[in-house]
Amino acid sequence: MKARILVTLKNGVLDPQGKAIEGALGTLGFDGVGAVRQGKVFDVEIAESDPDKARAALDAMCEKLLANTVIENYAVEIV
Amino acid sequence: MKTAVVLLPGLNRDRDMIAALTAITGQRPATVWQTETEVPDADLIVVPGGFSFGDYLRCGAIAARSPVMRAVAERAARGVPVLGVCNGFQILCEAGLLPGALMRNTSLNFVCREVKLEIANAQTRFTTAYEQGQVIRCPVAHHDGNYFADDETLERVEGNGQVVFRYAEGTNPNGAIRDIAGVVNEAGNVLGLMPHPENLVEPEHGGTDGRGIFESVLGIATAREAA
Repeated sequence: MKARILVTLKNGVLDPQGKAIEGALGTLGFDGVGAVRQGKVFDVEIAESDPDKARAALDAMCEKLLANTVIENYAVEIV
Repeated sequence: MKTAVVLLPGLNRDRDMIAALTAITGQRPATVWQTETEVPDADLIVVPGGFSFGDYLRCGAIAARSPVMRAVAERAARGVPVLGVCNGFQILCEAGLLPGALMRNTSLNFVCREVKLEIANAQTRFTTAYEQGQVIRCPVAHHDGNYFADDETLERVEGNGQVVFRYAEGTNPNGAIRDIAGVVNEAGNVLGLMPHPENLVEPEHGGTDGRGIFESVLGIATAREAA
């Protein structure tokens, strides 16, 4: 089973990299771009056929390592 | 006084810390590799900087999950003093031993220079050698020293006097919220700070401003041994 995990900064947490990317898009002439926030994608292959069990394992991976829940949110999608 | 230094892949300031602890205590610290599951008896355990595991994923994230850090957490829970400097601070936050998180500097630049630090709480076991409000010099060298915690955590941490060091006005090098440079845990035995006190402990360094942190912990440990 394959899953995609999206990790993003929580609202209200300053994203300096996102700000720099936002500035670069403006420099390239892309007008009308509002805020840019950047994040991380993890594609995980997991040897588990039960979707509920897989989701529980993936949630645990996020809580224990993939996301720092002090500053980040995560979303798990089975693909 | 016995000390121990945790060694992790990719560190580059561990030898500075070992030299500083040797100069201050007269005894070379024990070193503990990241796969070890036990830490030797010590009056102070230090997690030095910086760049453990190349800072893959997030700074300190993988180091914080290494076997040795479980042993450090057990010691910390029993009241043993633990000091994390720079990457060590990031590791202690990632390990959940300290509140908050350290993010990329707002300037996006690596900052390597001297800053001024205000002693925000001189009552902790790491700061009794200083006076409340005293301003000391200390070098910083980091890319991810921007301390952040949510409002609720900040109120609790400030209320408990857990903010120990602040960048003096106008010298915040990384955008850290409320100029926070170092915090202790609620029990007061785990300290993390971004600046490098181990680089200002001998006159040959151009100052001894950082020595007080080590001497504060050493003084308490000496008194305990004598008792």
